[in-house]
Amino acid sequence: MHFHDGTLNRDYTRYTQRKLLLIHAGLAVLVLAVLYGIASGAARIPVAEVIRSLMGTGASPRFDLIVWQIRLPQVLAAVVAGAGLSVSGAVMQSILRNPLGSPFTLGISHAAAFGAAFAVMILGSGTMTSAGSIAIANPIVTTMAAFSFSMLAALFIVAVSRMRGAKPETMILAGVALGALFTAGTMLLQFFADDVQLAAMVFWTFGDVARAGWQDLAILGGVTAAATLYFLFNAWNYNAVDAGDETAQGLGVNVGRVRLWGMLTASLVTAVIVSFLGIIGFVGLVCPHVVRRLIGGDNRFLLPATVVLGAILLLVADTVARLVLAPHLLPVSIITAFLGAPVFMLLIVKGQRG
Amino acid sequence: MILHIDDIAFRYNGKPVLDNVSMAVSKGELVAVLGPNGVGKSTLLRCINGILRPSSGAVMVEDENVLQLSAMAVARRIGYVSQYQTAGKLTAFDAILMGRRPHIRLQVRRRDLEIVDGAIKSLHLEDLAMRPIDRMSGGELQKVAIGRALVQEPRLLLMDEPTSSLDLKNQIEILKLIRHVVREHAVGAVMTLHDLTTAFRYADKCLFLKNGRIHAVAAPREITGDIIREVYGIPVEIHHHNGFPLVIPQ
Repeated sequence: MHFHDGTLNRDYTRYTQRKLLLIHAGLAVLVLAVLYGIASGAARIPVAEVIRSLMGTGASPRFDLIVWQIRLPQVLAAVVAGAGLSVSGAVMQSILRNPLGSPFTLGISHAAAFGAAFAVMILGSGTMTSAGSIAIANPIVTTMAAFSFSMLAALFIVAVSRMRGAKPETMILAGVALGALFTAGTMLLQFFADDVQLAAMVFWTFGDVARAGWQDLAILGGVTAAATLYFLFNAWNYNAVDAGDETAQGLGVNVGRVRLWGMLTASLVTAVIVSFLGIIGFVGLVCPHVVRRLIGGDNRFLLPATVVLGAILLLVADTVARLVLAPHLLPVSIITAFLGAPVFMLLIVKGQRG
Repeated sequence: MILHIDDIAFRYNGKPVLDNVSMAVSKGELVAVLGPNGVGKSTLLRCINGILRPSSGAVMVEDENVLQLSAMAVARRIGYVSQYQTAGKLTAFDAILMGRRPHIRLQVRRRDLEIVDGAIKSLHLEDLAMRPIDRMSGGELQKVAIGRALVQEPRLLLMDEPTSSLDLKNQIEILKLIRHVVREHAVGAVMTLHDLTTAFRYADKCLFLKNGRIHAVAAPREITGDIIREVYGIPVEIHHHNGFPLVIPQ
């Protein structure tokens, strides 16, 4: 590309507008995916009926019930969780300057799983229902335990980062170690658990967006929205940190504070999502990488784009999970892992060549 | 006078790194800080822009004490080119635009883009502007870093080893560029360097650090073999070529 006098910033403006256009196109795709997601499942609902039900303009009561009580909460949970996990991953990758930053690699998910297992075993929150299926009898206790342990893990990682001479890689390594430790703890609990408890623990770890009710959604949505706003407000700071700690400091950015609060906020979002829905891997790791390929590494555009693409990916994965073995409903986490792992490998291989 | 440092000291883990350092830089002046490895050259730069807090003394930039300003306010007065450049995924334009951070609250204004535009032109980076910086050579990356510091519209430029890891051609190009920028924008500049001969060729004034203290301050023409021997601990001969000193180790 060659620039002549005075055209450089015009070209730059065009270049940023192209990115905005991509984000808006993503939003349009998201809306379509939401409608399709609500329409699809064991009982198919015509899209026109879905729209009518959403607008409250006279859909049949049967469709209304499916849309408002089953499909819509599930679809919205997928949108919120996909957006939250993916934007948290993007922020962690930026502020740690490490492509491996994600709730999964930092041990936060493993800590949540341990928390849930702890609640089932020690606090007795898992039982068998009268119908003979395994359920979490006390979801609030389980969720709170999962949340507490994942925040504990996050605080530990942040504490490590505050140590003198700690580098961003130190946090990743601490996270990997922490993940192993919590996995060992979960295994120990599982070893001593009885059949029902074991089933409840395993059941919990399958990340599933169908678990969320309207009340859960309000919490999930509120936390994710507030955190996303905070991230967008700090996008410039994350760009500066990405250029190196010293450069960022030279630009007047308090790197320690930006990293501390960024990590805490990203961990909080992850902890909330994971403790309500279970472990959903790979979205937080893979989605930011895909977006970076599409739109570049400028956090001012990267972050909103990861919100949109994360939402689309998890929603599509969940819709696939609902349809692929119908009438059996798969938890979405199985699909994200099956799709995410090959995509991640592809990105690594292509990255090597590029 | 752009920069006036008055008797600063800095300790790391209780061990004195800088002691009793005072210096001054005037408009359009390029000062080279020289001395052996680990003598505190980089520490001095970081004390000037407040990344490190001196335990005593004052750093005045145009009559304002840097140590009492907020980090953002310092960044509007002092541009800093770190020795360590991380090549992120940004384009050169975006990377340089980041230098406007201290002036931007949320929204990039037209003026910000124009300033970046101007910097890119004066650095001759037009053809690379939309290329991601992780695909750039060391010299190009260094230019981007200097561009980022320039669009901060600073009064003082600090550069830590701006020519390390560059080949000879790029070293000369970057130093010429720095000198040109310092004169044209009438800013003050302090850089640390290892190569004495290039320092003498481009700096207006050389400041030698030894054991955390200023050992000598001299214009390149006044530098003697004795100063080099005392600072670096090896005997050297100084030859003059076209009026510039050449250092030849014995």
